[in-house]
Amino acid sequence: MSTETLNAADLKEQMLSAYPPKLAKKRGNQMVVNRKEGASEDEVPAIGANTRTSPGIITQRGCCYAGCKGVVLGPTRDIINLVHGPVGCSFYAWLTRRNQTRPPDEESENFMNYMFSTDMQDDEIIFGGEKKLAQAIREAYEIFHPKAIGVFSTCPVGLIGDDVHAVSRKMSEELGINVFGFSCEGYKGVSQSAGHHIANNQLFKHVIGRGTEVPEGDFKVNLMGEYNIGGDAFVLEEMFERCGITLCATFSGNSTIEQFERSHLADLNLVMCHRSINYIAEMIEEKYGTPWFKVNFIGADSTAKSLRKIADYFGDEGLKARVEEVIAEEMKEVAAARELHKPHLEGKTAMLFVGGSRAHHYQDLFAEVGMKTLSAGYEFAHRDDYEGRKVLPSIKVDADSRNIEELTVKRSEDEFRPEQQVRKAELTEQGFEFSDYVGMMPEMDKDTLVIDDISEHETEMLLRKVKPDIFCAGIKEKYGVQKFGIPCKQLHSYDYGGPYAGFKGAVNFWADIDRMINASVWKHLKAPWKN
Amino acid sequence: MNAAKTCQPVGAMYAALGIHRCLPHSHGSQGCCSYHRSALTRHYKEPVMAATSSFTEGTSVFGGMANLTQAIQTIFTAYEPDIIAVHTTCLSETIGDDIPSIVAKAIEKGFVPEGKLVIHTNTPSYIGSHVTGFSNMVASMVKYLSQANPKSADTFNVIPGWVEPSDMREIKRILKAMNVPFILFPDTSDVLDTALDGERQFYPDGGTTVEELRRTGGSRATFALGHFASEAAAKGLNEKCSVPAHLLDLPIGLRATDRFISALHEVCGVAVPAEIEKERGRLVDLMSDMQQYFDRKRVALVGDPDQIVALAEFCADLDMRPVYIVSGTPGKVFETRVLERLEERVPEVKIANGAGADMFLLHQWIKQEPVDLIIGNTYCKYISRDEDIPLIRHGFPILDRVGHSQFPTVGYMGAIRLLEKMLDAFLSRKDRDDAEEKLELVL
Repeated sequence: MSTETLNAADLKEQMLSAYPPKLAKKRGNQMVVNRKEGASEDEVPAIGANTRTSPGIITQRGCCYAGCKGVVLGPTRDIINLVHGPVGCSFYAWLTRRNQTRPPDEESENFMNYMFSTDMQDDEIIFGGEKKLAQAIREAYEIFHPKAIGVFSTCPVGLIGDDVHAVSRKMSEELGINVFGFSCEGYKGVSQSAGHHIANNQLFKHVIGRGTEVPEGDFKVNLMGEYNIGGDAFVLEEMFERCGITLCATFSGNSTIEQFERSHLADLNLVMCHRSINYIAEMIEEKYGTPWFKVNFIGADSTAKSLRKIADYFGDEGLKARVEEVIAEEMKEVAAARELHKPHLEGKTAMLFVGGSRAHHYQDLFAEVGMKTLSAGYEFAHRDDYEGRKVLPSIKVDADSRNIEELTVKRSEDEFRPEQQVRKAELTEQGFEFSDYVGMMPEMDKDTLVIDDISEHETEMLLRKVKPDIFCAGIKEKYGVQKFGIPCKQLHSYDYGGPYAGFKGAVNFWADIDRMINASVWKHLKAPWKN
Repeated sequence: MNAAKTCQPVGAMYAALGIHRCLPHSHGSQGCCSYHRSALTRHYKEPVMAATSSFTEGTSVFGGMANLTQAIQTIFTAYEPDIIAVHTTCLSETIGDDIPSIVAKAIEKGFVPEGKLVIHTNTPSYIGSHVTGFSNMVASMVKYLSQANPKSADTFNVIPGWVEPSDMREIKRILKAMNVPFILFPDTSDVLDTALDGERQFYPDGGTTVEELRRTGGSRATFALGHFASEAAAKGLNEKCSVPAHLLDLPIGLRATDRFISALHEVCGVAVPAEIEKERGRLVDLMSDMQQYFDRKRVALVGDPDQIVALAEFCADLDMRPVYIVSGTPGKVFETRVLERLEERVPEVKIANGAGADMFLLHQWIKQEPVDLIIGNTYCKYISRDEDIPLIRHGFPILDRVGHSQFPTVGYMGAIRLLEKMLDAFLSRKDRDDAEEKLELVL
């Protein structure tokens, strides 16, 4: 039933023909056929990304607030996230992203099951909401006595001119705890992506670097852009521990504010989701000298590759041996799972339209069992996530991005660790790559179709014309896709399954994909008398 | 904290989905539309289509006119609905966008094809709740579409309130059984409970048609079910087209259904068929068979006001004690109506609604003195687990169970389902907790 290849150029034309001409031109820039005939391996066409979604398009995208509060800050259990605005924004972000967290004991703070909102009313829209915000911060403090409170601005806050930063500063003084604000009004930027950047900035300004306690361990790393959906971070924490790698902080799955505060003391930053967290990695390197590189723990082979790179970075023979032991041990189960599922999945086709890194990472998992990705795209990524960081200098900064603050970070005089940069220079000479992200497109096949910020109309056309064996997206797309009789795997919430990271995650993922593609129900869509 | 309500636009979106071939449109930032679609999708497990004006920082300074006109053009070209139902957001309300004048501009520019429509409602998120948004959108259907037409005066309008597609289907079944010619609006059955057969219909078969909405103005009377969700539209119809309005509770439970059936019988002049009388009889039979297990059970009700008023009465009619009643939706009339329905049978009742009435408060009350059962949405599961109290999921949103889309809780049959669910909760608990020697085979 599945089509092995697709006529990408033809499909693109058909998709665009439904739009008014101006819109067709704009969307056309955001759809590219990967690699032209005769192009070299790493030569990919330019794609339009991180640009506005045209009004009226049924888009997957959310807003700046969702990226800031929902994605980056949401998973930290001991910061109270207080949303300043009408009730809805906080309500919809209440426990809906499946960020799991595991406090060490009953007494440890965990506010993630609570929803905090100033529940702004019309009076506050007219006369200002700063008083109500201050009162809400005070109340939250009196009930819970948290170490920190983050204040998140929703759309009307920016418009009526409430100064969440001034209120936060004032309340910080009054209460003696860290209270900090985020100007992450929903209309900022063009997608969640702006919110990631704002979250990165504020964490860097108000939290990172406040810790002084150096965690014990010879190989100290931060794992960045891992949000512990479905328990991914738990799998990786356990894997690191077995390898003898010390995790200072995860940004931000299963995390605490204390981890963030001490994260500048790590030896290395590992970036999982490049889109949402690269800013902090860059700023920490600038100020403290800690190098970073891209890792991918989605896919068993990818996990092994990333672990080996970490061991090579530290260059310690003991660490290398332990990493090899862990890989060998884990690969037994992985090989068994691959043997079980590959015969059912090999040659099947997939499409992935999600997030800012998942649509790339999960292609590895499919490829490892012989599945082909025909078409993919991100919801809110930038050109560097598609084409690789090498295009960074050529990205034009438009008005929407210019409105998002770029922090100017200076080298810290007393805390910069030059030896880390020396190590980086040595390794770079040996061909080791730092501050790297090759992007999605160079790793995709020729003649695949890459679509940025895919619309509902384009999704439907892909499903009707190409009929992939599985489509990966989010909750809003899930049931519409399945009405075509094609299973849809949610890669935000994992359909309430997972974990999918690391070796164990790969085993879980293949089992789930095998179950979904080969479920009995797909054989019974038509009533017997209609066959 | 832990709100027992959400914001207006999601209700407007849900109501608009109950119009045939309608695309709801959210005039604000992208996130609003995304969050509302996600919330509705998680609850209904169905595709929920809606477009957005995708506001940017520039839009929030200069206003949303350019965005909305462009959206109207794109929607009619790419998604071809019969009608677009625009609702506002806190952002566009704070800016002060005037939707009718923007729509007029779009019409002037030729972006609205012949025979197609754009309607709108104002849903400032900082007033009321999601129920208010639903009510506003239904009232706008009347404002824009209802036409007085005495020639077609044989129908009766039924506004079902914010209930599930299964409930709307059940209300239609009852109306058909009673031989009442009706127009139900909005109607999300066959929109948010569609079949899977391998063919996707972007606009499913269900929904009240624009033509039917026009004819509501010529109907003989309107039955508005639920004060908070349906009264505004019924009043609007009376003012605009002189259609008399009959305001009733949601027909959940024995006596609220009795009042609904009686009203149909009296106002429409139809006989109550044996089929319906037998359904009532079977409900009453069950109530008497199992009365001992309900008697004096303490219950907490949290959620939307129209549902709670009816549920409180039904619980009291089962000799239960609805002791804690919480709704985030503001409105002074709520407490009065609950007390009216309780008829002084539960003097210890604590009622809170509006500002500060949230699940945190409910949890505090339960900690002070526990209950035997909680009826509310999925978020109650955290209280249920903490306090080891059974939960029956009812209301919005239900994110972790199915059934609400398939099985109604309105009408006598719906009451039987509710009763069965409550009984199951109590008896499963009893079977779990009874000492070995006390475990009963027959109950």
